[in-house]
Amino acid sequence: MKMNGAQMVCEALIAEGVKTVFGYPGGAIMNVYDEIYKQDGFEHILNRHEQASVHAADGYARATGDVGVAMVTSGPGFTNAVTGLATAYMDSIPMVVISGQVPLSLIGTDGFQEIDAVGISRPCTKHNYLVRELSELPRIMKEAFHIARTGRPGPVLVDIPKDITAEFGEFVYPESVDIPSFKPTVKGNKRQIEKAIEAILKAKKPLLYIGGGVTLSDSSDLVRKIAEMGQIPAVETLMARGVMGAKNPLLQGMLGMHGNYSSNMAMSETDLVISLGARFDDRVTGKLSEFAKYADIIHVDIDPANIGKLVDVDYPIVGDLANVLEKFIEGLEGKIKPERYTDWREVLERYDNLHPQSYVDSDKVIKPQWAIERIGELLGEQAIITSDVGQHQMWAAQHYPFDRPRQWINSGGLGTMGFGFPAALGAKKAFPEKTVVNITGDGSILMNVQELVTAAEYKIPVINIILNNHFLGMVRQWQTFFYEERYSETDLSFQPNFKALAEACHGIGYDVTTKAEFDAAIKDAIEKDKVAFINVQVARFENVLPMVPAAGALYNMMLPKKEDNTKGEK
Amino acid sequence: MENVRRVISVLVENESSVLSRISGLFAGRGYNIETLTVAPVPNSNLSHITIVTKGSARVLEQITKQLHKLVPVYKVIEHDEMVEKEMVLVKFPIEESLADIEALCAAYNGGIVNVGVNICIGMVADEPCRVRHFLEATQRYNPIEIVRGGVVAIER
Ligand SMILES: Cc1ncc(C[n+]2csc(CCOP(=O)(O)OP(=O)(O)O)c2C)c(N)n1
Ligand SMILES: [Mg+2]
Repeated sequence: MKMNGAQMVCEALIAEGVKTVFGYPGGAIMNVYDEIYKQDGFEHILNRHEQASVHAADGYARATGDVGVAMVTSGPGFTNAVTGLATAYMDSIPMVVISGQVPLSLIGTDGFQEIDAVGISRPCTKHNYLVRELSELPRIMKEAFHIARTGRPGPVLVDIPKDITAEFGEFVYPESVDIPSFKPTVKGNKRQIEKAIEAILKAKKPLLYIGGGVTLSDSSDLVRKIAEMGQIPAVETLMARGVMGAKNPLLQGMLGMHGNYSSNMAMSETDLVISLGARFDDRVTGKLSEFAKYADIIHVDIDPANIGKLVDVDYPIVGDLANVLEKFIEGLEGKIKPERYTDWREVLERYDNLHPQSYVDSDKVIKPQWAIERIGELLGEQAIITSDVGQHQMWAAQHYPFDRPRQWINSGGLGTMGFGFPAALGAKKAFPEKTVVNITGDGSILMNVQELVTAAEYKIPVINIILNNHFLGMVRQWQTFFYEERYSETDLSFQPNFKALAEACHGIGYDVTTKAEFDAAIKDAIEKDKVAFINVQVARFENVLPMVPAAGALYNMMLPKKEDNTKGEK
Repeated sequence: MENVRRVISVLVENESSVLSRISGLFAGRGYNIETLTVAPVPNSNLSHITIVTKGSARVLEQITKQLHKLVPVYKVIEHDEMVEKEMVLVKFPIEESLADIEALCAAYNGGIVNVGVNICIGMVADEPCRVRHFLEATQRYNPIEIVRGGVVAIER
């Protein structure tokens, strides 16, 4: 069929099954927006900032596992999208971002709103394309989706000059993709898998180290099964919360800088790390030379470059987790004996009893940890929880009872403040029947606060719970511990009226200072079914604990005090 | 960990941004590039890139793996058994003994390739360490300018 490039873009999106595109128009992408106007194959959501469009597409992808799609114009539209691309890149999120570009004839002339999008995004995309001929557009669209979701997922940028979207040509969308240089290894090496199985059977203190790859590959059922078969203890990274399920007695908790005591001790004392889709991030390992010092390491990952990058691995297995884990289960079936690890489980139980994940509640002021637990009690398994970045994020990861993967959506690798609200919009678009809550801070929420308008216009009723400590709390915490309480530029005492702000944008706002108000606000927000800000005054100087100081050994944790440490409350 | 020198050959799809993907990867991840040469492979849509780098065993392994991850990269060949050659051009003042220079270049598989009014140009193509020796030897003939071509290599 003959059509212009812009229509080809729309037809390709429809052929890929895209239901929602998040975006923002401008000169170089106008041809495509003109075709969007004429079609009804997908819905377009006009965010109020391109960064939010990309985070929303990202949130949609994290919630569903499908490829998220965002669309922006050239120049500033594209540069606004870069943080979103980098955020998705660091967490391996499948996404296609389409950007307009100045016409081919103007490229290289410093034309109006010309910027080298492919150059800028090279280090923060899995792959990117500048379309140079209309005839390659269908193939490039097809490849972009294929690359985004195949192997280790990631964002792909397609930069399209304006004259190409205007040009007419024959449209045939390819049925299949053939990129000879891009063939990720899916099946794990049989020999290596056998050796790893033997190692598991021989170990005395095995530990499942579960990373975001398990979520991305939807293989949490298989992981649970293996844990179950051998009664093998497990720890989760920030990106894997929900994989084991909060109620699972084998789950020690989250490990790393803000991991709980038994998780970090488990990693310090295990004799066999079974790493599944985790990448030994510095926030997880602490001091590398002390990390899992007594252990051999099995590392299963779809990305060979993750294996051996930071630690030496004894049993490297490159492959898709689901594929490899099935082989593990076959090999362990009937051979693995849970009794073998009884002593090990008891050791960890003692550790957990010694220093459980805890905080001291208060009847004078809401403790942020209480707020998280309370949200968990009220909404539990059915809600999707997104977060921004800071103390509130860590408290959410520590205290929310995540029961399933894809329930917890946060920016782990890049740590992008401003991610949570737009990501929540994406998740809610994907699952309108679920309650979607963004747990955020008084700093982070302002970084994409314009999305109140988007949420109100499109009736995407997400609930933002602002744990308001009048601080850039996480930075303040480091200043308390490591900079002798010099609170350089972290005091956020000067604040907007969050309730009024939400209402000015056609949402609903609540000011909360007591536990009773907290419950009432959440119930009311769900009932009103409107985008909401619940502004919760929380203990200002609360710290996220345990904490492993950066580059310290995992077993050297600062632990929570047992008595009330609330101070300086107003 | 000790740094070792390594020659890596990369076969890539011949697309416009592929070189920036590779050099950007090295710059962004802090890998070292000693020399880098590129040329199209005859009768194909591929290019052959030869990179000489230095790094610890872990870094060299990462370089290979990260190169593999780039979508337009077909093949990464990293071998101890490579035949390596490098070309170098050296400009000498005409006052120096042309016979001596000719003999020196000949000793390293080269010769004088151009003679002008004020200068003559010698060319040598040889193993990288022999090129180094050649350049040391040229010093007594007051070279005006030296241009090295970078290493090309092929599996034995
Ligand atoms: C875009 C961005 N800028 C700066 C930072 C550094 N940073 C990390 S946490 C944090 C404080 C966040 O404050 P708030 O949102 O109020 O959360 P709190 O820690 O108080 O819960 C800052 C500034 C970041 N992660 N992202
Ligand atoms: Mg704060």
